[in-house]
Amino acid sequence: MAKTHITMKVNGAEVEGLVEQRTLLVHFLRENLQLTGTHIGCETTHCGACTVDIDGMSVKSCTMFALQADGSDITTIEGMANADGSLSPLQEGFRMMHGLQCGFCTPGMIMRAHRLLKENPSPSEEEIRMGISGNICRCTGYQNIVKAIQYAAAKINGVEYKEAAE
Amino acid sequence: MIPGSFDYHRPTSVADAVKLLSTLGEEARPLAGGHSLVPMMKLRLATPGHLVDLHGIAGLKGILQDGNRIVIGAMTTQHELLQSNEIAKSLPILHEAAVLIADPQVRYRGTLGGNVANGDPGNDMPALMMTLGAAYHLEGPNGSRQVAAGDFYQGAYFTALEPSEILTSVSIPLPAAGHGYAYEKLKRKVGDYATAAAAVVLTMAGGKVATCSIGLTNLHETPLLAADAAKAVIGTSLDAASLKKAASAAEAIMAPAADARGPVEYRKHVGGIMVTRALQRAAERAH
Repeated sequence: MAKTHITMKVNGAEVEGLVEQRTLLVHFLRENLQLTGTHIGCETTHCGACTVDIDGMSVKSCTMFALQADGSDITTIEGMANADGSLSPLQEGFRMMHGLQCGFCTPGMIMRAHRLLKENPSPSEEEIRMGISGNICRCTGYQNIVKAIQYAAAKINGVEYKEAAE
Repeated sequence: MIPGSFDYHRPTSVADAVKLLSTLGEEARPLAGGHSLVPMMKLRLATPGHLVDLHGIAGLKGILQDGNRIVIGAMTTQHELLQSNEIAKSLPILHEAAVLIADPQVRYRGTLGGNVANGDPGNDMPALMMTLGAAYHLEGPNGSRQVAAGDFYQGAYFTALEPSEILTSVSIPLPAAGHGYAYEKLKRKVGDYATAAAAVVLTMAGGKVATCSIGLTNLHETPLLAADAAKAVIGTSLDAASLKKAASAAEAIMAPAADARGPVEYRKHVGGIMVTRALQRAAERAH
């Protein structure tokens, strides 16, 4: 099987690889680049565990071929921490608000929430819930994930996070 | 899950894409957003020998006004439709429907052209295009042609599109100023295909319906135009009796599949309710 040479920027670093035409982006990230933070959940474009940021869009990396990402700029969960290694506001939010239990959906949730907050820095609870509607969590019931994103939004906006009354 | 092997092509012009499709024959499939085709390939329900990726063709994107029509390039994504002020102003029903398609990630990749060309009865845009009286621009080896959305759908996944043709744009006549509109979609959860959905575009004059068009999604193997239902409300003030007549006329042409979304009787029943709600909400918006 002839392979195709591709290059892209992943988490700020230029990377390259040889891929089969049918190689999915998620497999390239996990197997060629060893970036296993991006998870494979349903494999049918429903669960969002494989979400990464590509050229300013949240994309399910199981539903795109690696060679379609040739020349693109990708951020994965491995690129989300601050430059000094400390937790970014979203990561801190998930930690502080108990936004995860098993953690399987968390990389996809954080990558989706990252783009959501870039597009809408002060989302309402409804906007957060609709914004993460392509990401499935089977543990939390979403309540604390929403709070984690609200925490991050407050932190990014430099205001104190106040938990809404139940 | 990994798709079967295929050869990948990335033409940079419509002419090259058409040439590839006609040279490679039925083994070739055009690839738009890929959010229907790629999952099908992973499940090995589709095993094309060649993919002709349309992402490299710059001319297939964009929204522009051409006289009294809005022309939307086939590779324009649902996300781009939702970001467009032009669409918000001229065709707000497209916003209402697009935001109900799948989820944010899918809308970043999923395209209007793919949605209307695939022939999936569950897709939301086809019934909307029929309701709006849209036309599809097709390019093939023998030149280009226009097909009305109403003449395009022949059966589930069967359309007027020939294997070597590409749907390049959708042309939608501007609805009348002051028109009312609504897309009512019942679904089991966010992101699902419709259990039943109805699109309504109407105009009101003196408290009565002057013109009306009604489309139905996922209630037949093709999208439907409910012409008799629309006729039943013209000249009425959408009183209870007229609404009931319209819902019954719409239900009479529905033939949904019985599936996980419910038995036939249920889907027809809620289909009638979607028609009623869409009519009422559209009338509230008309001025």
